[in-house]
Amino acid sequence: MITEKDVDHVAILARLALTGKEKEMFTKQLNDVLEHFQSLKRLNTEKVQPTAYVLPLRNIYREDQVGDHISLEDALANCPDRDENYFRVPKIV
Amino acid sequence: MTQYETVIGLEVHVELKTRSKIFCHSTTAFGGDPNTHVCLVCLGLPGALPVINKSVVEYAIRAALALNFQIAGFNKFDRKNYFYPDMSKNCQITQNDLPLAEHGYLNIELNGDTKKIGITRLHMEEDTGKLVHQGSITTTPFSLVDYNRAGVPLIEIVSEPDLRSPEEAYEYLNKLKAVILYTGVSDCKMEEGSLRCDANVSVRPAGSTEFGTKTEIKNMNSFKALQKALAYEVERQIEVLEEGGRIVQETRTWDEEKGITLAMRSKEHAHDYRYMPEPDLAPLVIDREWVEEIKRSLPELPDDRKERYVRDYGLPAYDAMVLTNTKELADYFEACVADYSNPKAVSNWIMGDLSRLLKANGTETTNCPIRPEQLTAMLRLLEKGTISGKIAKVVFEEMFASGKDAEVIVKEKGLVQISDEGAITSIVEEVIAKNPKSVEDFRAGKSRALGFLVGQVMKATKGKANPELVNKLLKERL
Repeated sequence: MITEKDVDHVAILARLALTGKEKEMFTKQLNDVLEHFQSLKRLNTEKVQPTAYVLPLRNIYREDQVGDHISLEDALANCPDRDENYFRVPKIV
Repeated sequence: MTQYETVIGLEVHVELKTRSKIFCHSTTAFGGDPNTHVCLVCLGLPGALPVINKSVVEYAIRAALALNFQIAGFNKFDRKNYFYPDMSKNCQITQNDLPLAEHGYLNIELNGDTKKIGITRLHMEEDTGKLVHQGSITTTPFSLVDYNRAGVPLIEIVSEPDLRSPEEAYEYLNKLKAVILYTGVSDCKMEEGSLRCDANVSVRPAGSTEFGTKTEIKNMNSFKALQKALAYEVERQIEVLEEGGRIVQETRTWDEEKGITLAMRSKEHAHDYRYMPEPDLAPLVIDREWVEEIKRSLPELPDDRKERYVRDYGLPAYDAMVLTNTKELADYFEACVADYSNPKAVSNWIMGDLSRLLKANGTETTNCPIRPEQLTAMLRLLEKGTISGKIAKVVFEEMFASGKDAEVIVKEKGLVQISDEGAITSIVEEVIAKNPKSVEDFRAGKSRALGFLVGQVMKATKGKANPELVNKLLKERL
């Protein structure tokens, strides 16, 4: 059962400021998600391996070679704020 | 006062020196203008897909085998999710529940005793970007971000809480560095951040089997800082307990200038990384054949080499340990003894004058101005009596400074030892005539006076007289 306190905690981790109304809404939504998993849990999975990957791919390697970098202007093209070569962001402590 | 036992575990991050990053083709070169060693993948742009660099896996296995680990057959990567701008994609790709390697160990030596330190795990992950702050970090409202380092391959090596003192922690890190340098997978430069170390520290009443509450210490940027920070933290914790307080589980940062550890903003709650398997990377099934092949390609490691030096060259264990601490110094030693059959003499010069000069000049062994065959040529001059032991030290310094052969220096500076009886006799007689008091003392049984007279003769010959001959001639005339 997810409480508003859990939502507060997750909001801090995600650096989101939520209003009281939003908290109420997300508490309900997150509980709905959990409930959905409860119904999935009713399935018998005894003979099913835990699966993290759905494709039968294994060992996809690349060789250790240096390729082209993107230009500084391209790298910084979409950033809302910059300082010379750097991305500039609000300080997070 | 209660007796306390210190419990330390180290978490070490080592950057692997592959050419390209772990999941993309950007260069791993150190430095560079900010945000110029980047591509779509390491900038975490939407849709860009990571692909693992095969050399990273190979290097990580290489390091793991050298540290006596078992290599897992099945490997996958996980996303460690967190919101901090050092990774633009809001997660770091790492290995969480299934590390590449488990159950490793290292032997460390302290005061002549060998101790086995368990190493819990070794896994692969990507390094993060760097945040730079202009002006004071406390007042500036901004962080500047450089993603050049984001995606540089790392291995994280986590020890068991087997270390019982800051000195043991120091020895462990030193040995770990030595072994990894031997494998050649990293340059392990603490000052460039290619070797980084955090520590978990706790204390408990001696004899207790339960662990005390631990703190995590960060920001130790040198071997010296590690030892100082740990010593400080142990003392701090004991003080808190002695005053009836309790230790708070927290992350603390080492303040090098003040020489203390400081609590960082409490992050207990932030350790909620919502790990999930990285869906963009296919799992790795490590072939046993490959592991065996890497094992066969490993060089002789410090412990084996040390044992061989004691066995084959008859060196004291201490000499063998110092010489094998770096591959370069051991290679240098072996090049010398291949050409000169007195290993102990070679060892003495390498451990003594050579190491001192290398250190004083900040010179790497590989750039040593004295080549092994030049060192052994000088030892031959010494052995033949062409130069005295005292003069040899002068010659050696000059060799280091100029790179010239010993023989050339001896000739240029007229440093050949005087072994001509006639020449020394006249000086001996002069010294006896000038120092009647010492002569009298000697005849009265004060053997120390002889040393003084020998010294006077050596002084008069600028250290070039053959000391044995001087002794003999003086005694004859007294």
